[in-house]
Amino acid sequence: MHNKTITELSAGLQAREYSSLELTELFLSRIRRHSKQLNCFVTVTEERALADAKVADAARSKGRAGPLTGIPLAHKDIFCTKGVKTSCGSKILDNFVAPYDATVADRCRAAGMVLLGKLNMDEFAMGSSNETSYYGPVRNPWDADSVPGGSSGGSAAAVAARLTPAATGTDTGGSIRQPASFCGITGLKPTYGRVSRYGMIAFASSLDQGGPMARTAEDAALVMQAMAGFDEKDSTSVDRSVPDYRAELNNSIDGLKIGVPKEFFEEGLNEDIAALIESAIDQYRRLGAQVKPISLPNMKLSVPAYYVVAPAECSANLSRYDGVRYGYRCEVPKDLADLYSRSRGEGFGAEVKRRILIGTYALSAGYYDTYYLKAQKVRHLISDDFKNAFEQVDVLVGPTAPSTAFGLGEKTDDPIAMYLSDIFTIGANLAGVPAISIPVGFVGDKPVGMQLIGNYFAEERLLNWAHRYQQATDWHTRMPEGFE
Amino acid sequence: MSLSDAEVRKIAWLARIEINGDDIAAYARDLSGILDLIEQMNEADTSDVTPMAHPLAQAQRLRPDIVTEEDQRELFQSLAPQVESGLYLVPKVIE
Repeated sequence: MHNKTITELSAGLQAREYSSLELTELFLSRIRRHSKQLNCFVTVTEERALADAKVADAARSKGRAGPLTGIPLAHKDIFCTKGVKTSCGSKILDNFVAPYDATVADRCRAAGMVLLGKLNMDEFAMGSSNETSYYGPVRNPWDADSVPGGSSGGSAAAVAARLTPAATGTDTGGSIRQPASFCGITGLKPTYGRVSRYGMIAFASSLDQGGPMARTAEDAALVMQAMAGFDEKDSTSVDRSVPDYRAELNNSIDGLKIGVPKEFFEEGLNEDIAALIESAIDQYRRLGAQVKPISLPNMKLSVPAYYVVAPAECSANLSRYDGVRYGYRCEVPKDLADLYSRSRGEGFGAEVKRRILIGTYALSAGYYDTYYLKAQKVRHLISDDFKNAFEQVDVLVGPTAPSTAFGLGEKTDDPIAMYLSDIFTIGANLAGVPAISIPVGFVGDKPVGMQLIGNYFAEERLLNWAHRYQQATDWHTRMPEGFE
Repeated sequence: MSLSDAEVRKIAWLARIEINGDDIAAYARDLSGILDLIEQMNEADTSDVTPMAHPLAQAQRLRPDIVTEEDQRELFQSLAPQVESGLYLVPKVIE
């Protein structure tokens, strides 16, 4: 049963084959059995889950059930959940119980979803391996000695191991797509502004975007339907109607114009991954797509520009953690400056500190033009590359990441090597366009993801293209050993 | 670009983050490496490019100036490390 998709589970609930309470108990028991070894949950909200399930069952018995009513879900621990610890993977928020719900959490609950718990993540979403979490690294269900990717590593591992049918994630530079790729699941980063950021703990506000992580594009479409839409509480939310994502899933893709950016296949890409991407592109040809080579000439500038924009915004956003109003406070501060410096010094981990320091430096007097202004200009060049590409093609495809899941500890001593694992994903964040990662095969025992990048607000088309691929292939149905 | 230990100390002070003396050299090395990565963007000629602050070039939305939130001071203060009589407490600033 845990291997069923949301669509199948929803049908079973509607046919009264089982109740949401039974379904929820099943997933809770799987979490009890497997989550310690994976370390993917920070908090399991068992009581809340059982209560949510009863509410869902009652709604169904009154004939008030939607497609997500009674379906279990877990949130990345970056989304505030009222009355539930919300840590953002950090010691500085280890004692923080959110006083309100993020809009995403609110909407998932309103859709009838059952909250199983909160998922481990890189501290403040800063990382590509889930190793910067205060709660320790998450392990990849396909290989316990490998990382699940990050920063939404707990979300990806929990979905891959069938501990939850779906999870939420956030993506600032690849944090939904790269772990989806490493764990063999489907992950969608929507257009900037499509999903509300209210109550989603801020890292880099001009880049952060929440999205669904699930096993299939169809399931991602269902969860996206609940998450998406205008929110007056988020000043960057876009007031634009939300399409019916599920209704578009089966559209024909005959005549689809695929662009393959040559920069994705240059230096650094594993040959076996390149071959799998080629064969997935062939599959699209068989489905009627036309394929043409294309170029994103400024792609190599995306990592350098990102490591100005993201740290600069993070240094401003994280100044709120001061040891005064909430979160960690150091013992016996001798004065106010000591209270700030030691609370932050003791409360933040090394990677978060590095990024705050870089951002502080880039924004400090005399350096603004050299770093931040220059990066904003480079960001325009990168964005123009996408604009030009989408005048010629409908979608860009390439690998999600340059490698499969790497070993635990392999890159922790080398921040630059870690940063470069996001080389293929960062561009979409800088431009603000949507992108999805879907499983397209394996290298050895480890899954490989392919990324499809669409034009602004093309989520329904990305989900359609991903769904058609999944109708023709079965990579998304593979399950890691030991979690049957 | 190479940052000295003194520069790292200064940045850490600006950011109000205490860094142990033993760790300063490692931060100097890592931050210098990150700055080298960042400086690769100087390869791009951006003399005629406008800076991009928002992916959709949106202006900030305004709302009517009316009260929409209820007072939740007690709830919010219940999260604070130290409060008294509705005030957040910090070490004495003025002797």
